Amino acid sequence: MVTDMKQNNKITKGFWIKLVSAPILMFVFAVFIMPPIYDVFCEITGFNGTTGRVEAEQQYEVEEERKVEVSFFAMTMPGFPVQFGPKVNSMQVVPGKFYTTSYIAKNNTDKEVIGQAIPSVAPTDAALYFKKLECFCFNRQVFKPHEEIEMSLRFVVEPEMDERIKDVSLSYNFFKLES
Amino acid sequence: MTTATATSHDDHHHGPEKGIMRWVKTTNHKDIGTLYLWFAFAMLLVGGAMAMGIRMELLQPGMQVMDPHFFNQLTTMHGLIMVFGAIMPAMVGLGNWLIPMMVGAPDMALPRMNNWSFWILPFAGGILMSTFFMDGGAPAFGWTFYAPLSTTFAPDSTDFFIFAVHLLGFSSIMGAINIIATVINMRAPEMKLMDMPLFVWTWLITSFLLIGAMPVLAGAVTMMLTDRNFGTAFFDATGGGDPVMFQHIFWFFGHPEVYIMILPAFGIISHIIPTFSRKPLFGYSSMVYATASIAFLSYIVWAHHMFLTGMPVAGELYFMYATMMIAVPTGVKVFNWVSTMWKGSMTFETPMLWALSFVILFTIGGFSGLMLGIAPADIQYHDTYFVVAHFHYVLVTGALWAIIAATLYWLPKWTGKMYNESLAKVHFWWAVISVNVLFFPQHFLGLAGMPRRIPDYSLQFADFNLISSLGGFAFGASFILLAYIVVDCIRNGKPVDARPWDGAKGLEWTLSAKADYHTFNTPPSRELIENESQHS
Repeated sequence: MVTDMKQNNKITKGFWIKLVSAPILMFVFAVFIMPPIYDVFCEITGFNGTTGRVEAEQQYEVEEERKVEVSFFAMTMPGFPVQFGPKVNSMQVVPGKFYTTSYIAKNNTDKEVIGQAIPSVAPTDAALYFKKLECFCFNRQVFKPHEEIEMSLRFVVEPEMDERIKDVSLSYNFFKLES
Repeated sequence: MTTATATSHDDHHHGPEKGIMRWVKTTNHKDIGTLYLWFAFAMLLVGGAMAMGIRMELLQPGMQVMDPHFFNQLTTMHGLIMVFGAIMPAMVGLGNWLIPMMVGAPDMALPRMNNWSFWILPFAGGILMSTFFMDGGAPAFGWTFYAPLSTTFAPDSTDFFIFAVHLLGFSSIMGAINIIATVINMRAPEMKLMDMPLFVWTWLITSFLLIGAMPVLAGAVTMMLTDRNFGTAFFDATGGGDPVMFQHIFWFFGHPEVYIMILPAFGIISHIIPTFSRKPLFGYSSMVYATASIAFLSYIVWAHHMFLTGMPVAGELYFMYATMMIAVPTGVKVFNWVSTMWKGSMTFETPMLWALSFVILFTIGGFSGLMLGIAPADIQYHDTYFVVAHFHYVLVTGALWAIIAATLYWLPKWTGKMYNESLAKVHFWWAVISVNVLFFPQHFLGLAGMPRRIPDYSLQFADFNLISSLGGFAFGASFILLAYIVVDCIRNGKPVDARPWDGAKGLEWTLSAKADYHTFNTPPSRELIENESQHS
């Protein structure tokens, strides 16, 4: 008997809204909320080798005996027509002191090329303490045809870094920008 | 409500419409359940055929029958078809058939949407399969479609793959909404939440997982789509994006997804074991809470798939411990199944054989999962055949085993007829032996360092691969027998009583031998619900 049906098979408006909005909210969460949170997370934790930045030369407590070897690496993405490499392959640095080094890049084509270098520091636990005062990676680089440029980098390894870390490597990957 | 009055007019003719349009237009939960199950079985054969191709190539070292690019397409499509085309639709099909009968409802709460969510599937599957015939071939980047393999370096056909995944996601989300609405709204008024059978509970919790996880997958493929075609850079470091973020988003979907596939299986096993042990389910409420805990934990362990992406030690420790924690509620379930059998009057009809082998083999898969969850050990196991062995033990001898068990267990209710028990036993032993010959050696291959997703391998892996391939062919062939058993049951099976299994409890067994086209037009009484309760 249909009239005996006590099942509440009319879905209320509120229940409908909940049922439909839950998936929509999760979609919005995935596309619009997760990526920015991820970026902030990487910046705070140094996750994925995201390096830090300092605005001005600060004074750190310096232990002269402590030494860390910083190695420099360079890569270019496939199809990026620029020869790119560090001027020196590695440096002995004292944590807390500022150092300057540079990378050299040469455009091998007859056209103007624009690119940007993305840094990464390994090991991850060092990334948070590897700070840059100035870096060519902060800006996009414009290469005139066959131009060779020297791009400088000023950095510090903060003394708060774990003492067990003796080697830090910094690598740059050059990407092509369209405009 | 208008549908209620419409049903009263329709009461004169109970049967379904005749001809093909019955299946196209149907809003009946039983018809749609049948459609889902046949679709899943067809996809199982398609995905299985791909697996046969993979095992053929891996039979011997060296390139044997196909080029590496086609091999990669096969592994990728095998994974996608089995996950999204076979296991998930089969579980939804079982849910459609059983949930309304188990909660004493006349049908699903949203029958038209139910029709729609099924009929999206063949089109999504068709679009996915059509990529085989396009330039650049089908997706070849693994079923996990990590960026940038799936963005920068993938063929144009990937956009069809993205569209197919969107459709599959829509279908699953609508199915989940439907099940939530059915369980919450259509449940017999006398049935409290803690009266519900475990299959209903596990599906309700699975629906929440689906609603939470599938939109994230849709988000991931949408970001892929815009990265590929509209100049965004979510996963592209050139524009400030990050390919590792793809893995985070994918596994934020992917880990709940594995529980989407296994939780309904837990429910099925919790029906079959009490029936053939002739005892109420041990620890009903702990089963419910264990299921809910597993579902919650599944959202906070995703990065254990990513131990090698360069995570800080603190992150690895957290994800390792959180992963280990899942063993606790899962252990509760295994203990409850074993305790249900303790001192029971057990008989070993085929559904029980499948359920028992599920408990043993799924537990093996669970243990290898624990091994993989140990962050330092995972450095050795990561992306080897050990992983392949692990997830095939939980998905084949876990989810698929439960689906086969459920099919045999409820087939008498669906058809009113009994399948051929001796043939089904032959099939069971054939499958259970061959599946172990197929997957167990893969543990050894993985521990010895054979990477997954490769068409050729170094010589020391040859013997175990040969054994594995031979087991694979035998296992693949066993499904022809399964198809015969089911068709034979439908055509020539002996008629059965309304309650063909001696110890079976549950509202579905109070219906006529072959469940009528419309059932529970009047909701069951409190007395009936209590009599048919699985637990004391």
